[in-house]
Amino acid sequence: MNILVCMSVVPDTTTKITFKNENQEFNEDGVQFIINPYDELALTRALELTEANGGEVTIIHVGPAKNEPSVRKALAVGAHKAVRIDCEPADAQEVANHIAEYVKSNSFDAILTGRESIDYNSGQVAGLLGELLSIPSVNVVTSVDVEGDTANFTRDIDGGREVVSCSLPFIASAQKDLVEPRIPNMRGIMAARTKPLEVISPSGEANYSACSSYELPEPKSSVKLISADEPEELIRILKEEAKIL
Amino acid sequence: MSVLVYIEISNQEIKKASLEAAIYGAKLASQLGVECNGVAVSSQVPDGLVNHGLSKVYHINSADEFDPALHATGIAHVANETSASTVIISNTYSGKSIAPRLAVKLNASLCSGVIALPSSLSPFTVKKGVYSGKAFAHVALQKDKRVLALTPNSIDMEEIEGGASIESVSINAEGMNGYKVKDTQVQSGSIPLTEAELVVSGGRGLKGPENWNLIEELAGTIKAATACSKPVSDMEWRPHSEHVGQTGITIKPNLYIAIGISGAIQHLAGVSSSKVIVVINKDPEAPFFKAADYGIVGDAFEVVPKLTAAAKAML
Repeated sequence: MNILVCMSVVPDTTTKITFKNENQEFNEDGVQFIINPYDELALTRALELTEANGGEVTIIHVGPAKNEPSVRKALAVGAHKAVRIDCEPADAQEVANHIAEYVKSNSFDAILTGRESIDYNSGQVAGLLGELLSIPSVNVVTSVDVEGDTANFTRDIDGGREVVSCSLPFIASAQKDLVEPRIPNMRGIMAARTKPLEVISPSGEANYSACSSYELPEPKSSVKLISADEPEELIRILKEEAKIL
Repeated sequence: MSVLVYIEISNQEIKKASLEAAIYGAKLASQLGVECNGVAVSSQVPDGLVNHGLSKVYHINSADEFDPALHATGIAHVANETSASTVIISNTYSGKSIAPRLAVKLNASLCSGVIALPSSLSPFTVKKGVYSGKAFAHVALQKDKRVLALTPNSIDMEEIEGGASIESVSINAEGMNGYKVKDTQVQSGSIPLTEAELVVSGGRGLKGPENWNLIEELAGTIKAATACSKPVSDMEWRPHSEHVGQTGITIKPNLYIAIGISGAIQHLAGVSSSKVIVVINKDPEAPFFKAADYGIVGDAFEVVPKLTAAAKAML
């Protein structure tokens, strides 16, 4: 089976977020960029599925050339080839439209991606692609198994979990617990240098939204410390002053 | 023109997050000078919505199994019939599955993680959480129609007049590629973390899963949901579904009590939108105290039982 993995590139989780140009632009100074952690899970599961069933894993990334080191890293982890759609997308809808155009002329048995990117946290690409391609979209999956032309999933739902099945092709978004992400070894890194990385121009529709400015959360005023011997004072404050309990 | 709100029913109850979405929708409708209606896709009739600002509630009778494509088809049908320019959906796991499919069907701009009413109607600009709670973005939506997925606990509840008269709608829709829900397990009585108003969370300071009764007893006493830090879920002391932080769930409760959690930047990202943060940690230098409203420097094993006893006595 041939699997497409949609991958985004995001600031490392330890990044302290700041903005520049009067809060209109993300400040990339000193920021290390990584493969979106949920997309790493999707990639690892895609590799396992193709190892068991045959076929190839293709990485697709919508983003500028400066993100190529992360795309190469995905190839080093084991993906067979990669496609980069060359643009700086404004939102998830633009990303999904570009990917959908690619998929329409390159068919896949399954598409896997992360549950959300940890930068814009939209969690929309799986559902958008499902609708654009008229295939089922299964969100936040903690297991994906394929038997013949049927796929079985376990997925998180609010306050519980659900077991779902559908026929191929499908798109699913990976949740923690799906797999332990693989890291590249030296052989993989060497092999990645010569694996195909095709760069294509965007062909989907854009102009759904534009970010006008960013804002950081208000810093907290200093903490009010309560004696460890008087925890009832905390309950009193939460009840009478903060009026939360 | 109108505003349409998706009403989600789970375990025979209308979700609190959907009631918030209704209030948001009604307030938006009044800004736009239009009507606000609701739509439910469920076996159960969505009654109990009077005075949540909804004129009508369209009911699409359906099996209780959740199928995002079928739900989106039903909501899109009602959105078209009522000429809805904006559809409000809660940003729950189900809402996140429906919203993108609906946006494609309506050729609408989609924004998820919305936390406030629009700051401007032209261009239609809303505030959403980004970088997993580390920042916010003001996003201008460019299409004539929009689908907004509203973060739970973002709007204060109030009464807004609305008869919420039920109107049945029947549609013909088929599932895709044999999509089928085979089993659904919802923990009854537990409070879903994403929607909880009160959360008690434990970290490595609890020393092991066998000590989680401390967290559970306090949470049970104040009717809070339980959560944990990333190391705790990585070590499998607790299920990953309880992990809050940058690579877990981002939450926005009224009260977050962090016990034995030092407050790494990735953890703070997931909880910094909480209205009130209480930190209990024996290390006075724990970075979490800088992000807290109230703190107790002390050993969790001594402080938490006392706190639970005080809550039992005083609440």
